[in-house]
Amino acid sequence: MMAEITYRQALHDTLREELLRDENVFLLGEEIGNFEGSYKITAGLLKEFGPKRVVDTPICENGFVGMATGAAMLGLRPIVEIMTINFIVLAMDEIVNHAAKIYYMFGGQCPIPLVIRTPGGGGQQLAATHSQNLEVWFAHVPGLKVVAPSTPADAKGMLRTAVRDNNPVIFLENLALYNAKGEVPDGDYTVPFGQAMVTKEGADLTVISYSRMAAVALDVAHRLEQENGLSVEVVDLRSLRPLDHETMVNSVKKTNRAIVFEEDWRSFGVGAEIAATLQEEAFDFLDAPIKRVASVEVPLPYSKPLERAALTDAQQLVEAINELAPRRRRR
Amino acid sequence: MDVQKQGQKRSGTHEATSVRDEAVAPLLKDEDRDTLLHYYYQMVLIRYFEEKAGEMYTKARIGGYCHLNLGEEATVVGFCAGLEPTDYVYTNYREHGYAIGRGISADAVMAELFGKETGCSRGRGGSMHLFDLERRFMGGYAIVGGQLPLATGAAFAIAYRGSHEVVACQMGDGTTNGGPFHESLNLAKIYHLPIIYFVVNNQYGMALRVEQGSAVSELYRKACAYDMRSERVDGNDVLAVRDAMRTAAKIAREQHEPSLIEAVSYRFRGHSVVDPDRYRDQEEVQRGREHDPISAFAARLMAASLLDENGKHEIEEQAQQDVDAAVSFADESPDPAVEGLFDYIYADPSDNAQEKGQ
Repeated sequence: MMAEITYRQALHDTLREELLRDENVFLLGEEIGNFEGSYKITAGLLKEFGPKRVVDTPICENGFVGMATGAAMLGLRPIVEIMTINFIVLAMDEIVNHAAKIYYMFGGQCPIPLVIRTPGGGGQQLAATHSQNLEVWFAHVPGLKVVAPSTPADAKGMLRTAVRDNNPVIFLENLALYNAKGEVPDGDYTVPFGQAMVTKEGADLTVISYSRMAAVALDVAHRLEQENGLSVEVVDLRSLRPLDHETMVNSVKKTNRAIVFEEDWRSFGVGAEIAATLQEEAFDFLDAPIKRVASVEVPLPYSKPLERAALTDAQQLVEAINELAPRRRRR
Repeated sequence: MDVQKQGQKRSGTHEATSVRDEAVAPLLKDEDRDTLLHYYYQMVLIRYFEEKAGEMYTKARIGGYCHLNLGEEATVVGFCAGLEPTDYVYTNYREHGYAIGRGISADAVMAELFGKETGCSRGRGGSMHLFDLERRFMGGYAIVGGQLPLATGAAFAIAYRGSHEVVACQMGDGTTNGGPFHESLNLAKIYHLPIIYFVVNNQYGMALRVEQGSAVSELYRKACAYDMRSERVDGNDVLAVRDAMRTAAKIAREQHEPSLIEAVSYRFRGHSVVDPDRYRDQEEVQRGREHDPISAFAARLMAASLLDENGKHEIEEQAQQDVDAAVSFADESPDPAVEGLFDYIYADPSDNAQEKGQ
């Protein structure tokens, strides 16, 4: 059975079901209770589960992320909401120096079953401090897992996996995905980490992406197939750490061309990592240099025209596809 | 030592001995002799252990940084003595003594300093990152303030489950100037958490004197911003520290309310083994060392006829043997196998195999 629901609803329902399933699971974060979440993911949960399971915190990201980590050390399974990924910067010490290190540094004595959910993304005129994509900072760190679902089905399946994982997981959402609708399997549906998905098969080139850009890439690929007869394969990474090399390498072995499409800044980004991996593992199969389509490297401005000029979107991807597609296919 | 909560003016750490000496006999009257002698043994063991650690460091048997508890033995032993075995302890990176006080063997601590597989963190942590889940020693932490939110979270878990353990979170004086201190105290108070924040005021954060770094140099007073009970104790008096811990633990256990304790102590040496300690006035250092908490406690025990020269010698002999045995144990223990480099990144071995593969 499938139901068509929004990404927001998929997250909400999963949180509710995990709270029902396991007494050790609890939610904490700013304004998730009385206010029902800045983006309403936790709507109704305080009323249903009470303040023990749905904990409103003061505004102190490092404090409450560390507190969640400490609670996880004693076997609870906290799910933290960071209002937007921009605020996670305040909690870097507890995430990077503590949550990510405790299991290893103490010789495997104390796992940290912790989920940190947070939305990234720009495009809503929130300007420089409220529009960033910082997931790559976390994907860099051994000891963390970083996942970034692009569909309601993956939001459900990966959040379940995250809650049941015994490691700290950064669960990346995206402001512009919350209202996206999609079919979601019923029941105890889980999606394993570290498995990318080919969301559309194609022969001419591969677009590799994640989170909201994976949804945009899929739209673009369908459109170009109808309009131009271009056969674009789309790989949705879904997990950044662990990163599934096999799926993207196999795709490139088939299409011989790759574009990495990402909302974060280009330098030192996910695209750089993917391009390096592909040249290491599929060099002989590449017919063209790998392209990176990413946002312009400026702090995101407020002005709508400036913001539009800074963020990458479907148009940049279309242009890149047209440049990179095999000559016989170009229009 | 004057206790500030009683509204007396601070007169410095080293001027309280005469007051203490006069009170020797009555203070020890109701104490169990074996327990007192055990405190003495633990203090001596930690002293000898730390002196040996310093020596082993200069012989390059110990790498990285190495911070010693020398001069703080009464604070360390009093802290541990005020807790139950089921309570949880978080500390900073100056924690060898706390680990031993919590019951981790000197062998496992020395082996960790030597980086051996038999160390209490399997050689992955070193001096600053000792850990033992079984003894609820929840880690030495080397980022100043990092342990405070974690300890607060452990207390949150206890409150969540409605059980009756207590968390004791040790830190240095410099920690009280940072955000994690203030965020944690606030969280502990609003959620009514069973935790004791224990500030070891050894009067220096590296070379920075307390009053240079803190707008309020009586550090226990900082708790008032969070409406949290707090007190200052003489960190050279093992029983005073223990009693303050017991009181705070009782309040945490029975009422689920946090406390802050400031133990005023003195660091006999530099910040770490490699610190030549040129910034402190040598007369001050000399005065600090003269007020040695171990010899003061021995004098107290002897004045109360609970210890004689022979007994004292026996205890010291035992401690020396234990430290020598710890060095031999560490020496003879194997290094961690390089094949295990990827172990423990993630809790599931298959995840680590994947990391290794890439």
